[in-house]
Amino acid sequence: MAEILVLVEQIDGEIKKVTLELLTLARTLGEPSAVWAGPGYTDVAKARLSEYGAEKIYVADSADIADYLVAPKAELLASLVGSRSPAAVLVASTTEGKEVAGRLAIKTDSGVITDAVGVAEGFVAEQPVFGGGVVVHSKVAKGTPIIALRPNSTQPVATAGAGTEEKVDVALTDAARAARVVERVKEKSSSRPELTEAAIVVSGGRGVGADFSIIEQLADSLGAAVGASRAVTDSGWYPHEFQVGQTGKTVAPQLYIAAGISGAIQHRAGMQTAKTIVVINKDGQAPIWEIADFGVVGDLHKVLPQLIDEITKRK
Amino acid sequence: MNIVVCVKQVPDTATERKLRSDDSTLDRSANGVINELCEYAVEDALKLKEAYGGEVTVLTMGPDQATDAIRKALAMGADKAVHLSDEALHGSDALSTSYALSQALKKIGFDVVILGSESTDARTGMLAAMLAERLGVPQLTLASKIEVDGSAISIHRQTDYGYDKVEATLPAVVSVVEKPDPFKPRYPSFKGIMAAKKKPIEKIGIADAEIDPAQIGLAAAWSVVSDFTAAPPRGKGVVVNDEGDGGTQAAEFLVSKKFI
Repeated sequence: MAEILVLVEQIDGEIKKVTLELLTLARTLGEPSAVWAGPGYTDVAKARLSEYGAEKIYVADSADIADYLVAPKAELLASLVGSRSPAAVLVASTTEGKEVAGRLAIKTDSGVITDAVGVAEGFVAEQPVFGGGVVVHSKVAKGTPIIALRPNSTQPVATAGAGTEEKVDVALTDAARAARVVERVKEKSSSRPELTEAAIVVSGGRGVGADFSIIEQLADSLGAAVGASRAVTDSGWYPHEFQVGQTGKTVAPQLYIAAGISGAIQHRAGMQTAKTIVVINKDGQAPIWEIADFGVVGDLHKVLPQLIDEITKRK
Repeated sequence: MNIVVCVKQVPDTATERKLRSDDSTLDRSANGVINELCEYAVEDALKLKEAYGGEVTVLTMGPDQATDAIRKALAMGADKAVHLSDEALHGSDALSTSYALSQALKKIGFDVVILGSESTDARTGMLAAMLAERLGVPQLTLASKIEVDGSAISIHRQTDYGYDKVEATLPAVVSVVEKPDPFKPRYPSFKGIMAAKKKPIEKIGIADAEIDPAQIGLAAAWSVVSDFTAAPPRGKGVVVNDEGDGGTQAAEFLVSKKFI
């Protein structure tokens, strides 16, 4: 069976859920080989990747790969594409994943498709475009298909793979060591799931006000990530990395709760492919209602505390 | 400092955006506006000029009507513009676009190239990384803050957990993210708008930038669209008025969907 390279996304050695989704999808297309880039590889990581079907694990765990931005990962993948001739390369359609994919495409003279939500036989990728209004099917026409898949587009399913390790030494070029990461600053506690990966997202808008604690409490009661509209991040009430929308993150969770968000087209472009959308808003005429599966017209400062109580009671 | 800011004209998100039925490329007949994040790139370019001196050149690739995006950037305060426009570029994908722009950038010359981190139409978010790759210069992308000290440049790269501090040496390619006040793009003043009308816009074609026609346009595309359809509309939802039990009703809905 054809080999499919899957770039592992991990933070401090912890594998992100999207990687398990990619391995699950890769199994339908060929034999998945996980590619570990950077330090932090352990037996725990090996077990996790094997559990989800990695037949091979290429381990390139030199510190250099993480110390320089993006380019080393593209060089590593390009060298594997050159030596192993895989049928395709799958990466997560995250900001960094897409950057790696772009550089890899140039290095290997290959086509690249981003923001895919599925890949069918023959590597035909499905992409929602224009905020989910149009669904496109496309295919790479030259080189090795490089496809970036959005988190939450496949349900991860465990099926054991051999997980045969192979050490990979990459001699990075000077060009790959051009942008050095000198410090990683963690501003937020990581107890909540990551916004783009979360199964449930609770987002607040202008109607919430500067105090976002009610949104955080609801998110925590559901094990959800917190999101925000642009009105909120523009006002500095919540950091920009939590903005959902056209100039922020695109999310496609199982459940999206929009509280105090009017639902401007720019916001909807970042969330309207969510499976279920729940709205809480005072204004019964706001555009967000067009995409609501369920909603309460009312003051979120009354509705949300009651909702949190009910959730806590029923747990 | 020689600063080049790349801008893109995109269809207004508020209009209905479409793909063309004949060749599946973007329908550009809709009302065109400068891409939002490009305005942040222009703002950051102007701030660099104000702090370190030099000149800001606007570079855009696109059909004739893309002049609107250029005028906006010039009205904000950029000094001059280069408009790469050629029939042969129609249908270029990210690989072709990055190639064509990199050729134009080599011709213009630069210390810093600044871009918005993505466009609202294609949203691939790859262009800055691809330009860095093509030009063989450092990639400093998703910047929420830029600092220059002599030939050293550093940025705060926005991450899911906060930011990474990344350092490099000029020349470099920088992409920027949206920021809150007081870092929002300035509005063009009346004087700026009038002055923009007199600023030079140099039109160049593919031959001027030594762009190989075999590497651009629809025929050269590295990926092809096989089909596209409008997404099915969402079904009508259930809406209740809060009569004091809105939270309870919402909880019951979440239970019925097995979220609780």
